[in-house]
Amino acid sequence: MPRFYGVEIRSRMMLGTAQYPSPAILAEAFRASGAGIATVSLRRESGGGRAGSDFWTLIRELGVRVLPNTAGCHSVKEAVTTAHMAREVFGTTWIKLEVIGHTDTLQPDPFALVEAARILAADGFEVFPYTTEDLVVAGKLLDAGCEVLMPWGAPIGSGLGLVNPYGLRALRERFPDVPLVVDAGIGLPSHAAAAMEMGYDAILLNTAVAKAGDPAAMARAFALAVEAGAAGRAADPMEPRDMAAASTPEIGRAFLE
Amino acid sequence: MRIVLNGEPREIGSTRLDTALDELGYGGAAVATAVNGEFVPAGSREATELAPGDRLEVVTPRQGG
Repeated sequence: MPRFYGVEIRSRMMLGTAQYPSPAILAEAFRASGAGIATVSLRRESGGGRAGSDFWTLIRELGVRVLPNTAGCHSVKEAVTTAHMAREVFGTTWIKLEVIGHTDTLQPDPFALVEAARILAADGFEVFPYTTEDLVVAGKLLDAGCEVLMPWGAPIGSGLGLVNPYGLRALRERFPDVPLVVDAGIGLPSHAAAAMEMGYDAILLNTAVAKAGDPAAMARAFALAVEAGAAGRAADPMEPRDMAAASTPEIGRAFLE
Repeated sequence: MRIVLNGEPREIGSTRLDTALDELGYGGAAVATAVNGEFVPAGSREATELAPGDRLEVVTPRQGG
């Protein structure tokens, strides 16, 4: 099972908490997924509002670790300030660091991401950077103090899956000892299984479960896919080849001409 | 005085952040605060003076991906 900043997690699935039809379905989906980590955020609330405390109570009852995000931040300053606010409210040094560089694709801004990661790591945060599969950026994030990397599979909420399998494989091979999580873009259980077969330590998804017709059933499907993919990886798969190779022995075949 | 609370103008009587939060109805809630874009830790609210036009952000836990 994956270890993030010295903490062993009971599942290779990390699940977001947004967009579910109801709090009850959110809780049901979490139970079905077996996820060990829930991502959460901070948003404005009016005085006397209950939404924040009701949500926080629900999440604490799930018995999972929380990973607050800096979703929606477009600058280093916004992301760093949001991280500080999250550390105080959620009582954790973990932060999923998002610094968005492009509105349509929600692609990370790698330059701001590295700078924010350096500031936060120096300030005692344990940073989970939402990044691309770029090898150079990955190296700079590790230099900045990150001990986990979370490359995207595809743009957030797109459900397109692993659009650059070559890049994701290269990242796995380049950093064999760094915990790697495919974060964002996963739409189907088969995408999750593929990430596991590549040797990724975990996946983080949200929309694919929350927006499914039956979120709890989809959460269960993802849990099975993650388990299957990880088991397949551990079983040392065969090497693919271009030409056929008969699996049934030629020797002893009846002569029937 | 008039401040900007979460993007909306608000009249408050308090001049300190901790009492302003009580006045605005946040007493006891798990919130984080920033004034003019700078994080103000809970322990510093009592010592934080507010001035007219200050931008106060108050956030609470919410769903996220």
